[in-house]
This record gives sequence, structure tokens and C-alpha cells, in this order.
Amino acid sequence: MSSRSVPHGGLRLDGHKSRPLEQPVLAVPPPRTCILALDQGSGEEAEAIVEPGTRVRVGTRVAAGRGTAADLHAPVSGTVTGATRLPTAAGEGRCLVIESDGRDEREPGVAPLDWQALDGPSLIERLAASGLAGLGGAAFPTASKLAMARAEAVELLVLNGAECEPWICCDDALMRERAAEVVLGARVMLAASGAAHGVIAVEDDKPEACAALEAALVVTGDARLELRVLPALFPLGAEGLLIAALTGREVPHDGLPPDVGVVCQNVGTAAAAARFVTEGLPAVTRIVTVTGGGVRRPANVEARLGTPVVELIAACGGYRTTPDRLIAGGALTGRTLASDDVPVTKGLNCVLAATAADLPARGPEMPCIRCGDCADVCPVQLLPQQLHRAARADDVAALARHGLAACIECGCCDYVCPSAIPLTARFRAARERQRLLGAERRRTEEARARFERHCERLAAQAEEERRAFEDARRRARGDGPPSGTG
Amino acid sequence: MSDPTLLPAVGVATALGVALGGALGWLAAHVRPDRRALVERIDALLPQTQCGQCRFPGCRPYAEAIAHGTADIDRCPPGGEATVRALAALLDRPPRPVDPDYGPTKPPLVAVIDEARCIGCALCLPACPVDAIVGAPRFMHTVIEAQCTGCELCLPPCPVDCIAMASPARAVRAASSAAPDR
Repeated sequence: MSSRSVPHGGLRLDGHKSRPLEQPVLAVPPPRTCILALDQGSGEEAEAIVEPGTRVRVGTRVAAGRGTAADLHAPVSGTVTGATRLPTAAGEGRCLVIESDGRDEREPGVAPLDWQALDGPSLIERLAASGLAGLGGAAFPTASKLAMARAEAVELLVLNGAECEPWICCDDALMRERAAEVVLGARVMLAASGAAHGVIAVEDDKPEACAALEAALVVTGDARLELRVLPALFPLGAEGLLIAALTGREVPHDGLPPDVGVVCQNVGTAAAAARFVTEGLPAVTRIVTVTGGGVRRPANVEARLGTPVVELIAACGGYRTTPDRLIAGGALTGRTLASDDVPVTKGLNCVLAATAADLPARGPEMPCIRCGDCADVCPVQLLPQQLHRAARADDVAALARHGLAACIECGCCDYVCPSAIPLTARFRAARERQRLLGAERRRTEEARARFERHCERLAAQAEEERRAFEDARRRARGDGPPSGTG
Repeated sequence: MSDPTLLPAVGVATALGVALGGALGWLAAHVRPDRRALVERIDALLPQTQCGQCRFPGCRPYAEAIAHGTADIDRCPPGGEATVRALAALLDRPPRPVDPDYGPTKPPLVAVIDEARCIGCALCLPACPVDAIVGAPRFMHTVIEAQCTGCELCLPPCPVDCIAMASPARAVRAASSAAPDR
């Protein structure tokens, strides 16, 4: 197979990825105080099932998944000391605080899994119990995704190793060092999803990772798997665009990859699945890129979930200068962190301690001059200038007509805008406003329907009472005809 | 006007004016706007609290009164300024502030029953316009928060004053369950 469709727009950017990759992945010591956010990046909080005072070991289940939140397990052994609202990468959220006893004992009963002996559904069940979630950033429960894929009988598994955003290189480091785990994870996911074949997609700016994967594929000798090298282009790693580039099939913006017969997983997630079947230990660590001009020795580090970001930076030699902004994720789609106390979550792929020189200089916002540069780079072929006009006017119909729902918030339009308009932020805000309005409308519709039913019921009751009263009166008069006076 | 070649043009223009004016006049007199559709559209803009602060028994009767021109658009405190503005845009009238005679404008609240003090009298059940209170005589009652419109109509019937208005938790929940795109 060759690359079938040339993606529209996108940006060729300087990756800034070489410095962290100069050294192998660094292990950060387990934290003394582990802050386990109940929302690991998917936007929904898992339900804590331990009380303060509970003794936990590494791998003890401490929170039950629900909706888009996967199960959570203790990353350290020690005592749960509290469940409070603390700053997290998403702003603020409920967190379990676990005070480590430093012994790092594992939960008893942790054993390798004979995954080849299991059928798909039971393998998915085991993966769900391991708390595996998308390590690409969305932290969506992997088992739910695989179950959905199985239900839709998808034929293709895509392992996303594109990692197109500048600065982030945790997947690159992982593929270089643990290619065999990625390939094993791919086989586990093929078995779980029931897909007939799998593609590992990597961008061509990662030759070392490609070579390592190629070698691992040869060792495994699994003919169902192949490596596909794509041009390095931001934001090709976005799920829908990657699938379009690989297969030529377009995922509808209100649909999911299984609609076109594909299930997409991050390479890091695959490696974590492989770890789970070989060791039996739930997902309690992840690799994070710590980089930017503000860090003394940029590196990829492997840290327990719940490790404060400040300890990651300390492991990389500490701050070189005070960074202008501390960003979770890359410079284009990341979110600014309020402090370096926030903990590592399953969705945190990069900590960028950015100095002024690292970020594109942005002047004050100027009026739109309708140059159309944003439309040229938009990877989903929207017209950001029109969307911007509609967002400013809060024109719901125009926003819908110009496809606000299809925006993937990649930030390409911001990057090229000569008037320095924060377009993506505007679109995000407009979307949030629409979501709240929609929720409000649904609520009022329901209230109206309930009020109508209430009125009907009261009318029916009154009618029944009147009839009962008349019957009684008629009986009292000995079934005689009603008199003239009534 | 002395040029006779202008006469046909003037004649045609006059005839057209008379004919079109007559047609428009006839249409205005005989084709009434669909008032029921208008009521529906007004009702869709009202907040459906069914609180009766506008002195109509519910949102729809108020919508009918607006459509018939018997009530102004400034009587809905729960809807606040946003509702008045939406109504003004729909009816092509100048927007105006909500008339304070009909109650103060305040953030949306929901009713909460202090279950320890509730005596199970069931008086609040029929008062609730959206049937958001669950209970039965001599059993404890509770408010289904997701259904409560904050109309406060359950407060007066309660003999032990165990119902209070509180800010809803649902707004916080809705914001935190926003699914990210990637």
C-alpha cells in the first residue's frame, strides 16, 4: 500500500525533538506524595472506592471507571491520606492523595497473562480491569474502544506513532527503545479487536524509530502487521486525518473510526498493553517528554502517575531559567499549567517549559484582513475566517453552516494568522457556549413536556372527582332524575 | 409635464401603484398571520420554569398573551435580559429591562428539601408544575434536581418550611463532563 490521499493544509514545522532524544528514557523515582487525579485527561472523573486511611500497594484498584474514565490503580504503595480538589493539568479536579511508604510493594496476585489462550471479549475484560487508557492524550479507556471495534467488526487496527506536534517526542523514544513491546501490544490489540490486520504509522522524521520497529516486526514475523511511513506534517497525527491518509476513508466528524472499519490506538497504549500481559501490572507509569528552553537537560522520563511535574523537571536538572509558560502538551494544542505542582496523568504526554524564544512571537490582535492563509492550512478544509466572523457575531446558524463541529482545534490557523487572532480559542469558546445552550434547550424542552403532562393529569383527576361526586349524588337521590335546580 | 410622450409611462406607473396597493390592502385585511405558530415560537424562547411570576399560569399562557398583544415582553424574571432580547428580536420591538414588579432577576436555583424536617404531608407534590418532587403521604419527599426549574411554587404550601432554594450542582457537572476532541 502507498499513501493514498495527500492531506490538505497542515504545517511543516521545526520539530524541536532532537535534544530530549539524545539520551535514553530516564526513570523518575516514585514520588513521596502521589497525587492521583480522578480525571486522567478524558474529561470525566473515576469514582474513588478507597477511604482515607486505606493501605494500598502498587496496582491496588483505587477508583472505578465510568463513562470515559478508566479504572485507576495505586502507582505507589502506602496510605491514602485524602481525597480533595487540587490543581491538575485540566485546571482543577478531585484527586486521591497517597502517602508513599517507600517500600514499593506490589499487589499480590500480579501475574503475567496468557493472552493467546483468551478469546477477544475476555481479553477486553482483562484490559478494562487493568485501567488501560489512551496514552496519546485523550485518556479514553482502551477496552471501551476495543469493545466498540469488536462490535462493529472493524478490519484494520492503526497504531498511531505519527507524533506530529513539535516538542513532543515521548512516542519516538518509546518506539526506539521498546519496539518489541509496541509490536507485542499490536498483536494483543489485534486479538482483542478482531481486526484482520494492523498498521503502525510513523512520520518520516523518525528514522531510528522506523528502523527499530522494522527489526521488531522481522523478529516477530507476524504477517498481519506492517509499518507505514508518512510525511512529517502537523497535524497528521490527529486520528481522523491519519486514517484518511492511510486508507483514503474519511471519518465523519460526528462519527468514530469504527464507522469506517478502523480502530486507532496510540503506540504508547500498545506498549502499555504489552507490559500488562507480560507482567500483569496495571498501567501506573507513562513516558513524558520534559523539554523547552526553561529546562536544563531536556529528556524523556518515565514517571509514575501522580508524580508532581516539579519532580520531573528536577530529574531533568531543574529549571535553567524561569519559563514564560509551562505547557501540558505541545506548543500548538497544549494547555498552560497554572503551577508545577500538577501531577502526571495518563493523558500528559509532554511538559514544555517554554521561554519566550520557544513560542512564536505574537503581537497584539489586529482585525482580520481576509488573506485566507488560515483556510489554506486548515487540515479539515474549513474557512476559519468565516467561522471567526460568525463566532464574533455569535451567529449559531452561520457557525453550524461553516462546520464548527468539524474543527479539530489543531491551532494551524492561529499559527499562520498575520493578524495574530487567537482563532482556535475563539472556536473552542463558541463550541462551549453552544454546548451549554444545547443542554439548556434540552432542559427547557423537557420541562415544557413535563408541565403539559402535569396539567393533563390534574385535569383528568378533576374530571374523575366530578364524576364520582355526581354518581354519589345520583345514588343519594335514589337513582331519581336530577331535579331542575341541579 | 407638457411632453405627451411621458403620459403612457405615468399612466402605467399609476395603474401599477393602484393595483399593487389594492392587493396589499386586501391581503392585510384577509390573510392573518398564523398566531399559533407565533405562540409556539414565543414559547420556545421562554425558560419553561412555569413559575407564574408573569401572573400567567405557566409559560405558554404568557406566550399567548404576548402573541395577542395583551402582555409586554418584560415580565419574565427567570429568563432575564437574554429572554427579553430574544423576544424583542423575534417580535421586532425595542428590548427593555425586565420589569422589577414581577420579581427580581437572579441566578437559577433549585429547590432542596431538608429531609430531616420533612413531615411527608404531600402538599408540595401537586404544587410542582413539572412533577419534580418524589414522595407520598407520610413518606419523606425529595426533589429531583435535574427536573427542578427553580419556580419556587413548592415553598408556600410547605407547612414546616423545610424547602430551601440552593444553587444547582448540575452546571458544574455539565462543564466537567465536556468530552475533549482528541
